[in-house]
Amino acid sequence: MSSDLRTLFSEALSGNLRAIGRLLTALENPYEVPPEVFDEIMARAGRAHVIGVTGIPGAGKSTIISRLVREYRRQGLRVAVIAIDPSSPLSGGALLGDRLRMQEDSKDSGTFIRSVSTRGLKGGLSLAALAMVEAFDALGYDKVIVETVGVGQAEVDVMSAVHTVVVVTMPGMGDEIQALKAGVMEIGDIYVLNKSDLPDAQKAYEYLSFALDKGELGAQDSQWRPRLVRTSAVMGQGVSDLVNAIEEHRDYLLKDSKFTAKLASRRITLVRLMAERLLAKGVEEAMSRLEGRITENALKSKGLLDIVRDLAKEACSGALSP
Amino acid sequence: MLSLRSTKERPYKVIVAKLGLDGHDRGAKVIARALKDAGFEVVYTGIRQSPEQVARAAVEEDADVIGVSILSGAHIHHVKALIEKLRELGAEDIPVVVGGTIPVVDVEELKKMGVRAVFLPGESLRKIIDLVRRLAEEKRSTGAKG
Amino acid sequence: MGELFKDDEVKKIEEAVKRWEQETLPQWLQRIPERQEEFTTLSDIPVKRVYTPSDIKGFDYMKRLGMPGEYPFTRGIHATMYRARLWTMRMFSGYGGPEETNRRLKFLIEHGETGLSLAFDYPTLVGVDPDDPMAEGEVGIVGVSVPTVVDMEVIFDGIDMGKVTTNMTINPPAPVLLSFYVAVAEKQGVPYSQIGGTTQNDPLKEFIAQKSYVFPPEPAVKVAMDLIEWSVKNLPQWNPISISGYHIREAGSTAVQELAFTLADGIEYVRQLKARGLDVDEFAPRLSFFFDAHINFFEEIAKFRAARRMWAKIMREWFGAKRPRSWWLRFHTQTAGVSLTAQQPWNNIVRTAIEALAAVLGGTQSLHTNSFDEPFRVPSEFAAKIALRTQQIIAYETGVADTIDPLAGSYYVEWLTDEIEERAWKYIDKIEQMGGMLEAVKKGFPQREVADAAYKFQKDVEEGRKFIVGVNIFTENEVEDIRKVPLLEFDQGEIERRQKQRVAQIRASRDAERWKRSLDELRKAAERGDNIMPYVLQAVKAYATLGEIMGTLKEVYGVYVEPPIY
Repeated sequence: MSSDLRTLFSEALSGNLRAIGRLLTALENPYEVPPEVFDEIMARAGRAHVIGVTGIPGAGKSTIISRLVREYRRQGLRVAVIAIDPSSPLSGGALLGDRLRMQEDSKDSGTFIRSVSTRGLKGGLSLAALAMVEAFDALGYDKVIVETVGVGQAEVDVMSAVHTVVVVTMPGMGDEIQALKAGVMEIGDIYVLNKSDLPDAQKAYEYLSFALDKGELGAQDSQWRPRLVRTSAVMGQGVSDLVNAIEEHRDYLLKDSKFTAKLASRRITLVRLMAERLLAKGVEEAMSRLEGRITENALKSKGLLDIVRDLAKEACSGALSP
Repeated sequence: MLSLRSTKERPYKVIVAKLGLDGHDRGAKVIARALKDAGFEVVYTGIRQSPEQVARAAVEEDADVIGVSILSGAHIHHVKALIEKLRELGAEDIPVVVGGTIPVVDVEELKKMGVRAVFLPGESLRKIIDLVRRLAEEKRSTGAKG
Repeated sequence: MGELFKDDEVKKIEEAVKRWEQETLPQWLQRIPERQEEFTTLSDIPVKRVYTPSDIKGFDYMKRLGMPGEYPFTRGIHATMYRARLWTMRMFSGYGGPEETNRRLKFLIEHGETGLSLAFDYPTLVGVDPDDPMAEGEVGIVGVSVPTVVDMEVIFDGIDMGKVTTNMTINPPAPVLLSFYVAVAEKQGVPYSQIGGTTQNDPLKEFIAQKSYVFPPEPAVKVAMDLIEWSVKNLPQWNPISISGYHIREAGSTAVQELAFTLADGIEYVRQLKARGLDVDEFAPRLSFFFDAHINFFEEIAKFRAARRMWAKIMREWFGAKRPRSWWLRFHTQTAGVSLTAQQPWNNIVRTAIEALAAVLGGTQSLHTNSFDEPFRVPSEFAAKIALRTQQIIAYETGVADTIDPLAGSYYVEWLTDEIEERAWKYIDKIEQMGGMLEAVKKGFPQREVADAAYKFQKDVEEGRKFIVGVNIFTENEVEDIRKVPLLEFDQGEIERRQKQRVAQIRASRDAERWKRSLDELRKAAERGDNIMPYVLQAVKAYATLGEIMGTLKEVYGVYVEPPIY
């Protein structure tokens, strides 16, 4: 398996789409990947500008992303998109519909779109998404766009690992600000008022603008004033303004090494998620082994806390064993 | 090192595609939804997909199975092109199944091309899902050997 | 007011029913339990064991039914209906190139069809020429390829367009196809006042169901209204729109949704046309409809009757139309393609016959009957002829056409008509609250309803709550039977080559100056927001192709990408 993944990685490096697809699959479960390959990925990564796109459902995130992709391609940049969709908590299945809206040009090998579902697994999504970000980065993609739904712990983890958070909203939400006061949407670097051809757009724009100026909304960074951009993605309007705003943010990050600081925090999150995953599995295995032994009597004689400590010890050694 | 693989963490991924200009998506959508309810991750491509687009989606998503729905009669032409594209991209290991208004004599031709199963209108969802699951299992187990 | 049943009589009947339920019924139920726990129509409307006057107590004959040819037209839009003139037997046909279709039309006319209906291939339906990359492999398969006015001329070679009416099932490119038709009729010497037929031209249902859309919703509706406005002013015999429920039903909706969404579409179009300053009585008489005739017999009949009554009310009371012709719901029907099975395909002949009967008992103005080989391919001559004969047998042998709305007064049918109407109004109210059908479509509401209904139906079939002979009951090992079905054969590759050649020839031999100017003027007119019809007609006469005209319009209006709704 190991030499296979090394070959896969070098094929992916040379741009083979199938190899990239399969590499990403392997990375959905980073422990499947031999350490050398993983380390090489980490060594090569660091250049890509990672952009998170989130927002209100129906605001047009996917259309905005497809416009961004087109614009970046026009500039000759390679773009990868990771589209995250929720899974059904009941069946574990998912309908991954975002790529449909992105209208990828199938003849252009400079783009790559990958869908991931939340899979109901704690931490599983974030881990897969972050590992994929590292991979796209290592493979030389200039822009890596991660599209998420906007709320939930997984999304918070993912967004903490991106450089620029873009929040997409639209007019007619009633209370535009309130709708955004949830999860990651509250701390965006750039806000996009899409569908700005709609009737309430001017009012919504003023409202949002005010909220951003007051600091009611937006990432709390004394040196970056969150931008508000008006777009009508379906009409193709405002996209260049958005592209410029994103570049401004990137330039801002590159000064004072904030760019690399974000990279570091991404890796810290990755480490944390991997450790949690490792330990979670360890606990699971230990539990199945201990099952019979946790009885009424055991609880009486040993005490709950001691049992937990024993379990934790077993979990750790199990997790770390080769 | 613990083995961390299980299908709940990595459900089978299926592309449900409408190839060609045909807009009849009732069947494709019903199947997409049924597969999702059965625990699959389904990438529905939408209508008016070219063979290139579908092959590209299958490769990028590293799909386990590709399901094509065509009710325009252009199945031989489009499926042949799809299989060719998959080969070009090195993805001939991804099994293809086809559903639609297909005369029996075309069913045989499609199978000769490499299509693993052809479903006619009226086919039971359960049968389709079971077959797709079997094909996905087979593909992953042979894939593991490289 | 004018209630049909006397209160005390109804009371007696209600008591009789109660007694019957208590005394007679139980022994029967005990001896032979009923086949199902619950019986419903295909739209999940519960169906009782027996209906009596008490189910329609308070029924006012004059208000609910009236006489045929009089408001509310429940019994029929004409006073004499089929006694004077049978419904038009209009078989949807077309395949290959115009030569093949010309032959097929002549065949059907020879065998007694009384109206023409053209089916176009997918490239034509979505407005691309045969040499467009998207058209590869699709030319001439599901219908005839018509990229130029010359193709239309070949289709009607030897057919007098002044003596026949033609339906064209075409949507976004309807302005182009209508222009082709008008140009060829003109050449045949037929005056505008005698050009008769229908363009389907119903954009809203494209987004809901048929999906041969091209432009986004707003421009799509604008173009369709352009055609209607121009047609109303220039072609007095032409039905510029066929507001369709057929496709919505085929996509999986219930009968109630089919009815409600179709009428809601109609309401939207009436508003759009009025907003242009047209007087409702100017265009309303030329609006026509298109429904499905599905397999649940009585539900379909009730649906057609409810449709007439509802539209009459909408036109007269909501929009204040004054001419009775404005209140008429005139419709074409097609038997349900989706009810036909690939398994034991000969059974489809029976299904079509029953569905056709429902359409006739429902008072349709025009009817297409499906061929039994529909699940496999465009019909063979053999199959199409049987379908046509089905209509002729109903018309000439069964006697159902000899009296008007014979099922009126049936307690079940009247109750069901009322019930379907009531349920449909609820949907229409909901859509009104959303701001009308255009808004509802943009929000994805009807699309979701249809997807849910389709999914539910499939589950019902899978889990044995709804039955389809040959599919989930009385199944057989199918392969032999299917193989015996003699299918239409044609060389698609050869047709594609021929069509490409014709287009190339036309491009090479036309007046390039004139052609270019016509497309420029069309673009400018579209950008200005003018009615594009005259400019399309001009471009057609300058031998611009379908793909070139649609391409020009796409540059101005954009293309639609559908959001994923399951």
